[in-house]
Amino acid sequence: MSVSIHVENVVKQYGPVTIIPDLSVDIRNGEFFTLLGPSGCGKTTLLRMIAGFNSIEAGTIRFDEQVINAIPAHKRNIGMVFQNYAIFPHLTVRKNVEYGLQFREVSKAEIATRVDDILKTVRIEEYQERLPERLSGGQQQRVALARAIVVHPSVLLMDEPLSNLDAKLRVEMRGAIRDIQKKVGITTVYVTHDQEEALCISDRIAVMREGVIQQIGAPQAIYARPANIFVATFIGHSNLFKATLAGGELRFTPGYACNMGGQVRPDANEGQVVAGVRPEEFHLSDSATGLAARIVKTTFLGRYVNYELAFADAVLLPDQAAIEFSQDIGTAKKVFEPGETIHLEVNPEKINVFAEDGTSLMRGAVS
Amino acid sequence: MKLGKLLSSPRDFWFWTTLCIAALFIVFLVYPLFSLFTSSFVDPETGGFTLTHYAQFFKKRYYYRALLNSMSVTACVTVLAVLIGAPMAYLTSAFQIRGKRMVDVLIIVSMLSPPFIGAYSWILLGGRSGVITTFVSEYFGMQMPTIYGFTGILLVLTLKLYPFVYLYVSGALKSIDVSLSEAAESLGCDPIKKVFTIILPLVTPTVLAGGLLVFMNALADFGTPMLIGEGFVVMPVLIYSEFVSEMGGQANFAAALAALMVVLTCLIFLGQKYVVNKKSFTMSALRPMKPTTLAPVPSALAHVFIYGLVFLSIIPQLTVIYTSFMKVNGVVFTSGYSLDSYRIIFDKLGTAITNTYLYGLAAILIIVLLGMFIAYLATRRRNLITSVIDTFTMFPYIIPGSVLGITLLLAFNKPPIVLSGTAMIIILAFVVRRLPYTLRSSAAILYQISPSVEEASISLGCSPMKTFFKVTAIMMLPGVMAGAILSWITVINELSASVILYTGGTRTMSVSIYTEVIRASYGTAAALSSILTLTTIVSLMIFFKLTGGKELAL
Repeated sequence: MSVSIHVENVVKQYGPVTIIPDLSVDIRNGEFFTLLGPSGCGKTTLLRMIAGFNSIEAGTIRFDEQVINAIPAHKRNIGMVFQNYAIFPHLTVRKNVEYGLQFREVSKAEIATRVDDILKTVRIEEYQERLPERLSGGQQQRVALARAIVVHPSVLLMDEPLSNLDAKLRVEMRGAIRDIQKKVGITTVYVTHDQEEALCISDRIAVMREGVIQQIGAPQAIYARPANIFVATFIGHSNLFKATLAGGELRFTPGYACNMGGQVRPDANEGQVVAGVRPEEFHLSDSATGLAARIVKTTFLGRYVNYELAFADAVLLPDQAAIEFSQDIGTAKKVFEPGETIHLEVNPEKINVFAEDGTSLMRGAVS
Repeated sequence: MKLGKLLSSPRDFWFWTTLCIAALFIVFLVYPLFSLFTSSFVDPETGGFTLTHYAQFFKKRYYYRALLNSMSVTACVTVLAVLIGAPMAYLTSAFQIRGKRMVDVLIIVSMLSPPFIGAYSWILLGGRSGVITTFVSEYFGMQMPTIYGFTGILLVLTLKLYPFVYLYVSGALKSIDVSLSEAAESLGCDPIKKVFTIILPLVTPTVLAGGLLVFMNALADFGTPMLIGEGFVVMPVLIYSEFVSEMGGQANFAAALAALMVVLTCLIFLGQKYVVNKKSFTMSALRPMKPTTLAPVPSALAHVFIYGLVFLSIIPQLTVIYTSFMKVNGVVFTSGYSLDSYRIIFDKLGTAITNTYLYGLAAILIIVLLGMFIAYLATRRRNLITSVIDTFTMFPYIIPGSVLGITLLLAFNKPPIVLSGTAMIIILAFVVRRLPYTLRSSAAILYQISPSVEEASISLGCSPMKTFFKVTAIMMLPGVMAGAILSWITVINELSASVILYTGGTRTMSVSIYTEVIRASYGTAAALSSILTLTTIVSLMIFFKLTGGKELAL
């Protein structure tokens, strides 16, 4: 039976180094939950604490009501998919999948049917008598998934399972993983550093940084209303502007401001703020109003054109990797060349406003 | 087709090198083996073809029993060595063992020491007038079980050879990614079942390879059964004694015995290859196993097991070093300590010491050059001839030293090439027997060097030969040197071939130790052994320095 996972105030230390200072999260029964963050943020550490391969220095982890801190990994009834798949090289595909069942009270006949079923589900039936050496990366991935699911684990744990595959296979496999997870309805904790993968595969995402969860939410919610500047720039791209907030109006330059309507929280402090504008949240101004920008580089990407911009006035926050505007080719009248100057306005419904300490001032931005 | 590839290849540096090496192999390995087989069929009286030598072997119980003895003691040694070496490797790899580094060094020292000092130290301890025997009978009035014969050979060879299994399996365990072990646990497997369902099957090919090495070494060992075997005659001892006693006339019967050994070891070698090939798979560990802490009681037991074994294996060295400082009167030990033994060997056996280093260095120079060239040809210029050469270099692994000694002597004691009694023939035996270590490690490092590095050099206008010496050879150097040191250590400790090939002027330290032990001059033997052990330890330290403390690749 699938379970919910409750992580309460857990701490992880390696010697004097604290990886996770104090982390709590509740993962619902049956959901696809992703831990997302840059490398070294503690996401794999947390996953391995749930699996039982890392010790828990303080706090508790519960599966439903049962505290699992002291239960060794092999008694936690988990299914784990490893980054390098960890397929047993001396066993055939079928033997690999059967492996976990021999430690459970399952009859021979049932083992056979369950293995047959899962091999069919992950579409590797025809390779079942092969040794893993002769399988491609994608096939090995499917074996690993089948092997983890066939034991009917309480939770399925996946540690960057797609990072060793090529781009095309990655897209294919993430669809397959998502479908299979929904079909068997098992609580899944998935670790990745790839934000695109996290957005398309998850029910909910926890964005982590330096051992602290920055925000938990559904993919669209996190993308639309990031809880802080880190999330806004880590998930998707955000151009950051210096702006002032006064009476519901967000002013970029003396000549350009926009009315935020009711999007900003009423209790937000007015004054200096940071505006986060995603490349698709700009649109070309009909007149010469808005923010004047010079095109530095034009990249044609088929469905849209990506422009790298340089703004005339000192409106930007310093030290940003790139300032981008993407123009939807379906509605574009013209593709601009480098050196041309354009005027841009922002979409007040979409953009985000952050306080100077980085936290969001928007309604509906829940961390 | 492959031969065609060679013939059509450009007449460059590598073409001529291939031909030179092929010629060397034909003269110094193929021709001697060929003469060994032919002379085993020659009737010494008439010079005609005969099968009497083989018939004689299988008819007389005294002869064929040597073969049965060899097989039984070798099989027991192999099983015991695996049963000791493999669990020990698992314990030291999976769990925290105090002083693991020291344990490794002592095990390697005991493995690489001269093959027979184990036998003679155990005689000093547990022999008829040995320290332990005397002690037990004086204080307890009990009779110790005899150490001579089967038991002694089993004890000495097991203690000397289990390190092969230990080192091999330790290496294999390092190549198992920890995620495999974690995957097993995540699927509900407990730690003990994990060892038998995952770890053991994964290292089985390595255990077999280590077992084979033990088997071959135990089967070929001459010094140990000669000293401690007494009535329990094994094949190498039989070959030696038949050969020595026949030296006046023809050595055809000994040749037949040697040929039998070659056939036997070839069969075993091929059989093992077949099994391993069927079972093998490639592994590489991104995250190797990390030792974890054991609970106090199992941890104490593991430490007792490991320390106990290491102590038993290092006893011969300790005994030898201790006795080398004992006062002697003639060949009899008296109470007190002195440097007499050392004085005597420098006076009387000085040439043996200089011979060992001179021949050893000469052999190593040739080994390094040949090793680099053959490794290069076999990995980068594969064709029929280089493949054949590569296969032939495996021969020394499977030909017992005494057999090689006889082979070379039979081939080179008559025109066209007469080498018997010269230093050349001893150096030749060293090169043939110990080349594989350097060759293996040179080939291993070549596989890690991208061919494009050479191509870059050639594209910049450097000739292939210059490229080899300026670029490839320099990049290969760490691997070559690591192998060369192993070759060196095993060269200076070589006994079974040189004991057949030496004459008064060309004796080496190992030979002298052997002859000193035979004439019961234990003090001088101990002093010589101590020098040899010291050289071995210093060489090992250089090896670890060079390889940055990596493990031995045998």
